Amino acid sequence: MLIKFIEFIGAVIEKPLLGLGRIMVLLGAALKGTVRPPFEIRNIINQMLQIGVNSLPVVLVTAVFTGMVLALQSYTGFKRFGAEGLVGSVVALSMTRELGPVLTALIVTGRAGAAMAAELGTMRVTEQIDALETLATNPVKYLVVPRFLSGMIMLPALTAVTDIIGILGGYFVTVTLLGSSSKTYLRATWDYLELQDLYSGLIKACFFGMAFALISCYKGFYTKGGAEGVGRATTGAVVYSSMTILISDYFLSVWLFK
Amino acid sequence: MIELRDIHKSFNDHEVLRGVNLNVRKGESLVVIGGSGSGKSVLLKHIIGLLKPDSGTVIVDSSDLSGLDEDGLNDIRKKFGMLFQSAALFDSMTVWENVGFGLKRHTHMTDMEIKETAIEKLRMVGLVGIEDEMPSSLSGGMRKRVGLARAIAMKPEILLYDEPTTGLDPIMADAINDLIIKMREELDVTSVTITHDMKSAYKIADTIAMLYNGVIIATGSSEEMQNSADPFVKQFVEGRAEGPIKVEGINR
Repeated sequence: MLIKFIEFIGAVIEKPLLGLGRIMVLLGAALKGTVRPPFEIRNIINQMLQIGVNSLPVVLVTAVFTGMVLALQSYTGFKRFGAEGLVGSVVALSMTRELGPVLTALIVTGRAGAAMAAELGTMRVTEQIDALETLATNPVKYLVVPRFLSGMIMLPALTAVTDIIGILGGYFVTVTLLGSSSKTYLRATWDYLELQDLYSGLIKACFFGMAFALISCYKGFYTKGGAEGVGRATTGAVVYSSMTILISDYFLSVWLFK
Repeated sequence: MIELRDIHKSFNDHEVLRGVNLNVRKGESLVVIGGSGSGKSVLLKHIIGLLKPDSGTVIVDSSDLSGLDEDGLNDIRKKFGMLFQSAALFDSMTVWENVGFGLKRHTHMTDMEIKETAIEKLRMVGLVGIEDEMPSSLSGGMRKRVGLARAIAMKPEILLYDEPTTGLDPIMADAINDLIIKMREELDVTSVTITHDMKSAYKIADTIAMLYNGVIIATGSSEEMQNSADPFVKQFVEGRAEGPIKVEGINR
């Protein structure tokens, strides 16, 4: 009975543990690849464009409307007890500490993470990754490292843009639409915003960037089973990356804001 | 030049290779035949180090592949050219960038020189004026030829062909066979081909080896294989469904 139970537990945890182990091996290879030449400069720039510049329009739209709705909701709520002057602080703190990094990461995962998994997955099932190896090219270095580095660099950059645009969106609603004083909004923003709020949000974004790129590359890199496998890899990349971002966000917040 | 000693390989408890022994002499054209799912591709991938054996040794040019680090393995791989079954062209690059991929990474040639070399290699495989096309716009036969041009771009000593004629019409298949012979004559390469196309095997092989049930069950010249008394070999080369080799999924 006990042996059967242990076998059952083993069977349940075997696959996730195996996956975790392989992600860690891929992380090790990616980290090694980032410091060992030759550096794939062209691929890195290309991926930074893909992840950063091409995600910009969707990130901008998300940021401005998030800032706007945040201002609208807090204004309505705060007005009940006469604290509408604090809307600027709520928008600024929420954007920099929480919404900026998390929403940007989720949006970029849906866009660039899915694309990474689909592209690498297709390359795997059509033997293009094997072909790279036969041409004496390390596929982790050539494919994974540029995506990993670009995720790590571009997500904080996009988050900084989200923070600024979100705060401006909040300003637009509070001042222009709801008629609050511009001076009050800006003072509430600057008086309560600390440097730590900004950089801890960017540290989170950096971690989220590494996590979504690594998970998406892992899912694509180890795709099996033709077109269906590519579909599974793409879905898996978005689901696991999003879960990792949301769960790790809590623990990062505990660590960064203790 | 290539030696495989007692290679065993399993995937998920299914033993695909059960002690393969194989020798390929320098300059020889060896063809490995065997049914679908017999492990031919797995065997080929061991030769170039894409797969590592569970046990056994792969020796290429006196180097044991298992003892090599990544740089050592890459040095050995530069001696190889491989044509994949699906051609495996990089679909984000143009035809000439595909052909010149190895040159770009491992030589100091300029893009102009690489493109010129790529055009020359494409001409060798009978393709003219397609260097700026994307692989997605090419037919199956053309893709295989581009794959072959890419495989020979680095002047390899060994060429590996994974089912070179599969999926092609008979005329294109024969044209690929002629190209394989031409490559051998012009480039003086050692080649290993895996196929189940017997017509192709007879045409390009010095030696044919048959893989069945995870081991090499027979080796010989084209004539020896054609006249083999071994019932397994006889059934396969004659292409009969009846015989000791059971067709998967069909009960008789």
